[in-house]
Amino acid sequence: MSSISFPRAGALARLGSLRIPVRPGTAVPLLIVLLVTVAAIAPGVLTHRSPTAIDIEHTLLPPSLSHPFGTDDAGRDLYTRVVYGARESLGIGLGATGLAMSIALLLGFIAGLAGGLVDVVINRILEVAFAFPVLLLALLLIAIYGPSLTTEIVAVGIGSAPGYARMVRGQVLNVRKAAYVEAAAALGHRRHAVVRRHLFPNAMRPLVAMITLGVGQSIVWASGLAFLGLGVAPPSPEWGALLDYGREYITTSWWLEIMPGLVIVLVALSVTALGRTLQHRLEGAAR
Amino acid sequence: MSQVAEATVPVASRRPAARPSARTARLILVKIVSAILVLVAAASVTFFAQLLVPGSRAVAILNQQTGRAQLWTPAQLAPVNHEFGFDKPLIVQYLDYVGGLFRGNLGTSYTQYRPVTQVIGAELLPSLELTAASLVAAWVLAIAAILLTAKRGRFFSALGSTWEALTASLPTYWVGVVLLVVFAVEIRIFPVIGGTSAWGTVLPVLTLAIPLAGFLGQVTRDEFEKVLDQPFITTARTRGMGDTAVRLKHALRHSVLPAITLSGWAMGALISGAVIAENVYGRPGIGQVLVNAVNTRDVPTVSGIVLVVAGVYVIANLLVDIAYALVDPRLRAS
Repeated sequence: MSSISFPRAGALARLGSLRIPVRPGTAVPLLIVLLVTVAAIAPGVLTHRSPTAIDIEHTLLPPSLSHPFGTDDAGRDLYTRVVYGARESLGIGLGATGLAMSIALLLGFIAGLAGGLVDVVINRILEVAFAFPVLLLALLLIAIYGPSLTTEIVAVGIGSAPGYARMVRGQVLNVRKAAYVEAAAALGHRRHAVVRRHLFPNAMRPLVAMITLGVGQSIVWASGLAFLGLGVAPPSPEWGALLDYGREYITTSWWLEIMPGLVIVLVALSVTALGRTLQHRLEGAAR
Repeated sequence: MSQVAEATVPVASRRPAARPSARTARLILVKIVSAILVLVAAASVTFFAQLLVPGSRAVAILNQQTGRAQLWTPAQLAPVNHEFGFDKPLIVQYLDYVGGLFRGNLGTSYTQYRPVTQVIGAELLPSLELTAASLVAAWVLAIAAILLTAKRGRFFSALGSTWEALTASLPTYWVGVVLLVVFAVEIRIFPVIGGTSAWGTVLPVLTLAIPLAGFLGQVTRDEFEKVLDQPFITTARTRGMGDTAVRLKHALRHSVLPAITLSGWAMGALISGAVIAENVYGRPGIGQVLVNAVNTRDVPTVSGIVLVVAGVYVIANLLVDIAYALVDPRLRAS
């Protein structure tokens, strides 16, 4: 707060100039996210097998060199199925995060900009929403609308929105108090110009990090619902559906449950690590 | 409220500065009233959620009961509408529902035709036992890790904080499945389906405690390391106090507060985790009832459980707030 700077619009565009150090802690997560992205766009690049190819002579094989994740009861290669499931899993994560962020931005900006009674009311609504854990709110929505891909995305999205809304509101309030916003107002710029040119771009600054963190969280929550048999159903190779499918085999063929779970854990950890790095960088740049 | 204030006087009188004032009592009263309002609002959410069921609720109940989707005649629907009170005006239904909560009534199950409180009733205790045991286990694990690794050279510090970051983001189901496969299937130490026996509860408790311990550890470690740099720690050391005593008596006491503030959140997270852990280990509890109710679209039972969990969260937060108001003089001043 000692020096006053005047950041303008395009704060997001400058993301590329944030020098993110290449350390193992960043490089490994980056590589994993890259691999998952490739799997989602062009799964054929990462495997030469088909996710639905049945091979009754090689059923329920434990992980080996030719089948790194093992095979299921129909002899399908689990690694290939995980690769082909990436698209739907990532889609669920992005969809739920997109919905959560839309709600969060709307509520957060209204509360942060309007202030006064509106802020109090929105804050109270968020407080009530916090009393419902994400998983339970999601289960309530599934009980009402029945399990489906759409319900799953909407349930996770609505469930996680309040947390992000509170973050957005806090960010708007922070930026409102910043010296450059006060300075812009003091210079006689109109309110909507200040909001558009200074407040909005700067309040949106942490959004990239929030979305990154959100995608990881959403994938974990969605897979939790699927694990309970309430998400995407087998035989889809979606990661949650693989978990649902593998549960039957926990005591006999552990890889069917552990390997898809491990992939979800690695992706969630990588995305979280990247999100945190981005967060630190963005916060550092804002100062 | 004055009773609460009076009850603490014997303890507080040793330190006159901490005597709870009328102001504290008022603060606590405000907290209690706002907690009740949050609960009523939460109940309103679950009430209106029940109205969201697509189509008529009576049709949904009959379809579920008979396993058929068909057109029901008004004569067939009327008794159902009457029994569940759907024929009353909405405002009366709403007041019945919210008022019923204060009388311990959570509505009637669509599939079992008995009060939701009865459906949940017996199942609540094993779940609360599981969550309570997990909370204790998580604190023990978190504190042990911090006492052993915080500020003990770069290697051990890094080991401790990496472990915490790693475990804190593990999904409950995966921890559960890995523990189950390793300690019940491969090495047969624990039963695969443990029921509510003490031995069978070990793995479910660890499943919930390991990720929570990681989270509590992350929050507490930062604070613990800051406290160890404080002047009063140096003072204690110059008085000749040993390292272990400094850590236990001074540093720990000052560093657990932020994590305790999150207890309400932790209870919510633990109960969500319990739903999953109970399903992994086939352990009786609200987790199994809940998943069954979701599968049979028994919305009142799901709403009831969600509301009970919201209540646990609100009460845990209220207790933390009250404890703070009584313990921390800075909060009373503001």
